[in-house]
Amino acid sequence: MSILKGKGEKIIENSIKAVGLLSILPVVLILGYIVFTGVPSISWEFLTQAPKDGMRAGGILPAIIGSIYLTLGTILVSVPFGILTGVYLVEYSKDNWIRRTINLTIVNLAGIPSIIYGLFGMAFFVIYMGMGASIIAGSLTLGIMCLPVIITATRESLLAVPNHLREASLALGATKWETTWKVVLPAASPGILTGVILSISRATGETAPIMFTVAAFYLPFLPESIWDQAMTLPYHLYVIATQVPNMPKANMDGTLFVLVFITVGFNLLGAYVRTKFNKRR
Amino acid sequence: MNIRKTKDLFMKNSIFGIAGFNIIIVFLIFLFVFTNSMKFFTEFPMGDFFMGKEWISLSEKYGLLPLFMGSFWVTLVALGISVPLSLITAIYIAEYAKPKTREGLKVLIETMAALPSVVLGYIGLYVLSNPIKEFFGLNTGLTALTGGILLAFMSIPTMVSISEDSIRALDKSYKEASLALGANKLETIIKIILPAAFPGIFAGIMLGFGRIIGETMTVLMVTGNAPILDAGVLSPVRTLTATIAAEMGEVVQGSTHYYSLFAVGLVLFAISFATNTIADHFIHKSRKIMGK
Repeated sequence: MSILKGKGEKIIENSIKAVGLLSILPVVLILGYIVFTGVPSISWEFLTQAPKDGMRAGGILPAIIGSIYLTLGTILVSVPFGILTGVYLVEYSKDNWIRRTINLTIVNLAGIPSIIYGLFGMAFFVIYMGMGASIIAGSLTLGIMCLPVIITATRESLLAVPNHLREASLALGATKWETTWKVVLPAASPGILTGVILSISRATGETAPIMFTVAAFYLPFLPESIWDQAMTLPYHLYVIATQVPNMPKANMDGTLFVLVFITVGFNLLGAYVRTKFNKRR
Repeated sequence: MNIRKTKDLFMKNSIFGIAGFNIIIVFLIFLFVFTNSMKFFTEFPMGDFFMGKEWISLSEKYGLLPLFMGSFWVTLVALGISVPLSLITAIYIAEYAKPKTREGLKVLIETMAALPSVVLGYIGLYVLSNPIKEFFGLNTGLTALTGGILLAFMSIPTMVSISEDSIRALDKSYKEASLALGANKLETIIKIILPAAFPGIFAGIMLGFGRIIGETMTVLMVTGNAPILDAGVLSPVRTLTATIAAEMGEVVQGSTHYYSLFAVGLVLFAISFATNTIADHFIHKSRKIMGK
């Protein structure tokens, strides 16, 4: 009689179920903590004022605006670039060394630790290209970091588009680009959109790549151009949680809530788009 | 007509150029990390770096070993928690959970992956560190254990989703044959499904490992930032990643100290490159098993 039979089977199966549910308990607890401590700390003033008194009072408006600028910049860099690379891989390339090299580089870009992107962004954009710590240097760094996810999502979505759509369009006399732009990309757009949203969610929450490329410790003004430094939500949370003595807890909890609200919100939006898309297929 | 043809040709070439640019970017990342590291090794002996037992930047001691051990302890704790938990969770989701439960669990697991690392660092500082300090009777709750627990949490989504995918992608005939021969469900899972899905599961573990070793902000905030060689699970440590993040802000550009951080970056780069290559290999292997 094996341990996997009879009574043993029941016990082990119930343990599997218990552990399976247990492993998602922390995320529920963490989200609960963030909501319960965060919501009472949020006020209109907190969201619309600049920090005061060495960040111990006032709000987080510059950090919110900085994160929005940086996210928009990241989208501008990574979306056209990532989608067109995906288009190349599926629609234009043959199975040659260039395609294999690009596929290999995507795998490796995806695995590079975020702090290495920070190092590279600082050495290349900030110092070598002379951009200084600025929104543009940070957007380029984060944009590169987002590329693998967007390229992979585009590639998988394009591969799922049935070939008869392409053939019908080409047979009607459309050029290759017209077919890609007007037929194939629209058909693949929900999958691409999901990838874009998920990578943007990640970029908005990243701290390590922007520490040396854009983030300002304490800058109670709004950035005026893409060449300015900016405060951002994740870096601001890091700063007030570790570098500012006697920081009021409510202020930190509020910042935490706003950051999680944005990143998790993006993520749920991505999941929603994907579910809708899967149902339609 | 001619305009359309010209536009088509123009787009074809632009797309080719953009795709090629990706290769240039990876090359540039490697080039900048590599050349800056080489500048470090012209000023500091390579043997003293890789075998050095102390990292004290003020007295120009750049020994990698304490940082390496820091990453080792944190990774050990994280993998010790996340590998068994993820495996069991993946089995549960793929084989036991009802479709509704499965969808709910997957959304929660994705949410887990979406939490920024600075958020987990904050939770570590203000929620987790005190209980750990009290429970083990330590001077500080900022230890390798604290970081490891949080990183386990962070790597579970990667491991679960890849393991679950590879379990579910297995051909049904494996399972049916086993059940037809009289094995029960649990025996089938342990003796047939897990071995067959092993390449995919292993790839998931490698990618989770990659996340753990490369994670920066959480460990910077909760592991106490002490580069000590004879540390352990319950002492403060300093990982490779945290060293770069903690010291890059205050270095003099172009100094030996500045370049030393790139050398640490190169080590990380090498580890993540190896990890990804292995993971990629196993992913291809598992696709072959599934006949895709």
